[in-house]
Amino acid sequence: MPSVKGAPLLPLEIRSLCYRAGEETLLDKIDLFIETPGISVIMGANGAGKSLLLRIVHGLLEPQSGEVRWHGSTMDETLRRRQGLVFQKPVLMRRSVAANIDFVLKPMGGQYRQRRDQLLRQAGLARQWNQPARLLSGGEQQKLALARALATNPEALLLDEPCASIDSASTLQIETLLRDTRERGVKIILVTHDIGQAHRLADDVVFMHRGRILEHSPASRFFDAPVSTEARAYLDGEIIV
Amino acid sequence: MQDFSAAFGLAASLIIGFDADLIEIIALSLRVSLCAVLLSALIGFPLGALTAVLAFPGRQAIAVIMNALMGLPPVVVGLLVYMALSRAGPLGWMNLLYSPTAMILAQTILVTPIIAALSRQVMEDMHREYDEQFRSLCIPTRRVMTALIWDSRYSLLTVSLAGFGRAIAEVGAVIIVGGNIDHLTRVMTTAIALETSKGNLALALALGFVLLILALSVNAAVYSLRASAKRLSYA
Repeated sequence: MPSVKGAPLLPLEIRSLCYRAGEETLLDKIDLFIETPGISVIMGANGAGKSLLLRIVHGLLEPQSGEVRWHGSTMDETLRRRQGLVFQKPVLMRRSVAANIDFVLKPMGGQYRQRRDQLLRQAGLARQWNQPARLLSGGEQQKLALARALATNPEALLLDEPCASIDSASTLQIETLLRDTRERGVKIILVTHDIGQAHRLADDVVFMHRGRILEHSPASRFFDAPVSTEARAYLDGEIIV
Repeated sequence: MQDFSAAFGLAASLIIGFDADLIEIIALSLRVSLCAVLLSALIGFPLGALTAVLAFPGRQAIAVIMNALMGLPPVVVGLLVYMALSRAGPLGWMNLLYSPTAMILAQTILVTPIIAALSRQVMEDMHREYDEQFRSLCIPTRRVMTALIWDSRYSLLTVSLAGFGRAIAEVGAVIIVGGNIDHLTRVMTTAIALETSKGNLALALALGFVLLILALSVNAAVYSLRASAKRLSYA
């Protein structure tokens, strides 16, 4: 079924999804159904397949089998335009802070400068507008990447460990931005292995281990009474392999 | 040794004295080579970006051909352009043989593969970095190409410099299609070749020094521009 602009994006439905790299199975028979708005957090230890799943959900990678459907439609460019993705390591262009946002806003036409200034203010980067983007600190770079993703007015925002290795002040600002974005009705799917961040932000949690989804439940239930041994061990701070 | 010291002295006196003939030769050399580099950049940058971005059958073969053409022998290019522009050739009606335009044409053919191949390498590396972000933002191919050209502009300056080096130092092609006509198509390299054949080694060497100074000056200017761009993390 072709996607239709204006139709809701949710539910996100993943069925029997497998992804292999050579002989290794990185994602194994993933089934997931997300229909609620708010922030869905995908958690799990390193190598669980969280980032890979996010890329497939956004249509950047093709799985060998299985399917991903947004409101019943398979991924295409029209659907991807309605989403924004922020990578763990922000990919910033060799331009100024403002020019990085303008790159996305200009083709959309209209009063793009006003919108850019508003986005930079929201991200706390108004004073750095003219600085080379790649000379910003890690936290500022991530905030810029988030502001650029928001520039397209996405209906779903996908984030891959946006706060990994950045300072706590930037983490706080990013989390505030994410809460504001959630309030505006944008669906957020956040990959993290930071248990504290998941506690603070999650409405529901997807727990992954070794390429499989072991749990998907409302955040309160997941943190109070995780079902799987691996999730319990993970929340207790044990090293799981 | 005497030749070298005489050449140094002669070069200095030619430069300091603003020798009219020398200025004319330098101006024509710069005009021909810079025009050729500009034309090559106009062709080579988009070609480099296209082969860096688009995945199509035969892309590797094109990359190999572009790399191979970097070593085009100037005399062969000169001969081909000569045949095309001579009266009996397909472009003979344009009456361009033995003119600066013919020299520009020959140098453009020589320099374009260098600029296209090197810029493809630069932009392929950058595209690898930007690719997922661009696909996520659904940026159309044409915009991807222009973004890559703009974002790699300082590296492309160095690429153009390599092309300029090839053009300004080249003698085989320009002497065939230009004819080394005094006050019309005589450039630094053809003048050096002429003075050497006449046994006027000091003047030939002096012209060689001037050529070296020219190449050094252009290199230094581009290097300092690139260094300041690097400080801003734009390069």
